[in-house]
Amino acid sequence: MDKYVIKVNGKDQEVTASEDMPVLWVLRDLLGMKGTKFGCGQALCGACTVHLDGEAVRSCSLPISAVGDGVITTIEGLSEGGDHPLQKAWVEHIVPQCGYCQSGQIMNAAALLARNPSPSEAEIESAMAGNLCRCGTYNRIKDAIVTASKSL
Amino acid sequence: MKTMMPNLPFLNKKEAAASTPKGTVDRSEIFRASRRDFLKIGSLAAGGFVLGVNFQCSGPKGELVSFAPNAFVSIASDNVVTIIAHRSEMGTGIRTSLPMIVADELGADWSQVKIVQAEGDEDKYGNQNTDGSFSVRMFYEPMKKAGATARHMLMQAAAKEWGVDVSECDTENSQVIQKGGSKKIAFGDLVEQIKVMELPKAEDVPMKDFSSYKLVGKDVPIYDLEDIATGKAVFGADVDLPNMLIAVVRRSPVVGAKALSYSEEKALAVPGVKKVVKIDGVGLPTGLDKPLEGIAVLAENTWSAIKGSEALEVEWDLGPNQTYNSSVQLEEMVKSTASNGTVKRERGNFNQAKSSAGKTFEKTYLAPFYAHSTIEPPAAIADVKADGSVVIWAPSQHPQWARGAVAGALGVDLAKVRLNVTLLGGGFGRKSKPDYVVEAALLSKAAGVPVRVQWTRTCDLHHDYYHSHSAQRIVATLDGSGNLSGWNHHTVFPAIGSGLDAAPPSDGELDLGCRDFPYDVPNIRVEAHESTAHTRIGWLRSVSNIHHAFAIGAMMDELAEARGLDPVDQALQLLGDDRDLVFAGEMVGDYGNYGEKIEDFPWSTARMKKVIETVAEKSNWKANLAAGKAVGFAAHKSFLTYVACVVMVEKDANGNLLIPEVHYAVDCGIAVNTDRVRSQFEGGAQFATSLATTSAITLENGRVQQNNFDTYQIIRMPQAPKKTHVHIVPSMEKPTGVGEPPVPPFIPALANAVYKLSGKRNYQLPFQV
Repeated sequence: MDKYVIKVNGKDQEVTASEDMPVLWVLRDLLGMKGTKFGCGQALCGACTVHLDGEAVRSCSLPISAVGDGVITTIEGLSEGGDHPLQKAWVEHIVPQCGYCQSGQIMNAAALLARNPSPSEAEIESAMAGNLCRCGTYNRIKDAIVTASKSL
Repeated sequence: MKTMMPNLPFLNKKEAAASTPKGTVDRSEIFRASRRDFLKIGSLAAGGFVLGVNFQCSGPKGELVSFAPNAFVSIASDNVVTIIAHRSEMGTGIRTSLPMIVADELGADWSQVKIVQAEGDEDKYGNQNTDGSFSVRMFYEPMKKAGATARHMLMQAAAKEWGVDVSECDTENSQVIQKGGSKKIAFGDLVEQIKVMELPKAEDVPMKDFSSYKLVGKDVPIYDLEDIATGKAVFGADVDLPNMLIAVVRRSPVVGAKALSYSEEKALAVPGVKKVVKIDGVGLPTGLDKPLEGIAVLAENTWSAIKGSEALEVEWDLGPNQTYNSSVQLEEMVKSTASNGTVKRERGNFNQAKSSAGKTFEKTYLAPFYAHSTIEPPAAIADVKADGSVVIWAPSQHPQWARGAVAGALGVDLAKVRLNVTLLGGGFGRKSKPDYVVEAALLSKAAGVPVRVQWTRTCDLHHDYYHSHSAQRIVATLDGSGNLSGWNHHTVFPAIGSGLDAAPPSDGELDLGCRDFPYDVPNIRVEAHESTAHTRIGWLRSVSNIHHAFAIGAMMDELAEARGLDPVDQALQLLGDDRDLVFAGEMVGDYGNYGEKIEDFPWSTARMKKVIETVAEKSNWKANLAAGKAVGFAAHKSFLTYVACVVMVEKDANGNLLIPEVHYAVDCGIAVNTDRVRSQFEGGAQFATSLATTSAITLENGRVQQNNFDTYQIIRMPQAPKKTHVHIVPSMEKPTGVGEPPVPPFIPALANAVYKLSGKRNYQLPFQV
């Protein structure tokens, strides 16, 4: 067990964890931040997606020892008042069904729009292919990303 | 204890009779609930007025079963209207749709309505078993009555205050208003008056006209929308308790295996691991509500528990299922369909039709085991206290069953168990089973602290209650004039709730899209064959409708082609004149009709023809067909909802299957929340695409071969249908559910479209495209 100081949503957080503990469990179990979800543990479903220095990463497969000075952003820190263009578009399109995968979907989409503010339909599909939704909200996710991209 | 079994009509087993009845509420009564009851479940401003609904439902044999009063709606002096959601939210929108009905009838300001999730408590809330697409069907009328009664009392109080007749009053935006006048008063300001008012008789309470609804029949955003978009929504694993340990369990790798011995040393050496606890499994048969044998590693955090469980050394006695191979059983099942089975429906004389047939078609259809693979793997939290009382938090579709199963497993009185229902990160039938909730309770008792049991994805895929694999053989005959004269459907699959012995599917499972075959064929025989379960079998979204609809819908397409008919025209012709089918004298054994009396919910050929005509028109079926487009059609009624589907396919430059367009037409009676009706169909098309093209569970040597989403594949965004158009047929019939009905017809419609594209028919799911 080692002590780590990591930057999460603009705040320095000190935690004691084994070096291989994935950031997912640091967030959920050690910091009590439950917005980031566990789905597969092997970077196959995207439910645990957060940003590391602005890039979408699967926190279930990112050990805390690899974070270093990296800046982590989670769904809780994506916007001040829940008003990121994607969050507004998610509400406008009534995207979620059960809602469980949506934190990861939104975080992945936010990273996409940050590097490509007006993605084509094919680019959206390709960028979002790592995020599974079992309820079947893919159409509305795509529509919401298009809506958000127009408001950027 | 009346909550120990699921109340599935299709189980059709003796135990099911003791369960909660499911069906239309025959009578419901409105009553004044105690405020104390309401306070237990939600915070309520002081001085509130509380109304409940007292349900009476028809039992399995049509008898009336009463439930004790349940609190459902409260109005507080600060004008906040609080409505109880007593069904589990797993993505269908039910937590929004039922309260909407109360609010609309009441005239509440929806933006000020607070929704509170009910605990699992059958005595208070009646049936909370959220499956079978029946929440809206069962509770539409009682919810209307609850809202209407409160509205009527508020109007009476205002009328008295204003010295006008109650007929001059109306409600809107949580106010009573004077029609055509200027008087208005907030609900909250009438609370003191209605608290002491006598409840009106049911017949004196006017109901609103459908056309005056502002919420029902419209698109209404789900209540939890903003919470989900900001990560604040609370799911199963999201509750933290002081001193809680996290448990990850190594379960028997083969169903029925027993742990001969285990060494906990290496697990305990993992930093953070606190305890190792054995869970005694139920053995064989597994039943539906007991944990499998397993060794649990309890740790301070989930990661330590995962690593600890991997470090455990367990020696298993694998038991009789260690030689089981699903592919071998599937071959045996195919063979069995060639023999005579147990006849479960008989019309006319199929053998005669066959011997005089001009042409005979014989096809065999196969489908695999499926796992539910909700993105939220099972998880539950239990706090067993020193006095024996238990508090649970669980994403449960059937909180009452879970509560009863926990009480039974711990040997405590039901009253000692409280069960809080969180949001479910997907259900699809998996979270009806309470095994994971019982695990949490057993482990908390053993550890003396609160415990969250956390299933990993591999746990989930290896230890599910699978949708059964199946074999079906359909023999269809054409007479000398080319008319469809005979239909012989053989079906076999290990049944839900199987024991150790070979058995045919239950009558209830045959009722799901097999022997309720609606077409006007003079000679029909349905035969069921025996097989044995070697793993846990459960129910998955739309249950045996999945494979039955595939076989029937694909065979009908093949027959239409052979007869030189447009499959849409053939379906319309074979449905025949407008009439209500009741299958009189044809079913061998009881016909379940989804728990409803056939007289109340008959099989209407007119409603089915209407959805078929609608989907053909809206999808430009004829024009697309004429243009040589690869379009496929199928229609299937399930859960009393009529659905027709047209799927269009093409291949991309790399030869991958694309689904540019899907059209659905649905008659679900009154559509309560039209947006959620559409979303269930959009999602149903995607769910069904996975079943049809990517997913399969196989077992070798008793072990499930798929470990994660790399090998058990569900579709990703590029594979999803690009557009799903949902045409809701306007209907004032009794509302029926939409959670499951989108899935069955999609699969044969897709299969038929793929045939047009490739020239090759697929007889096995998932397809080779």
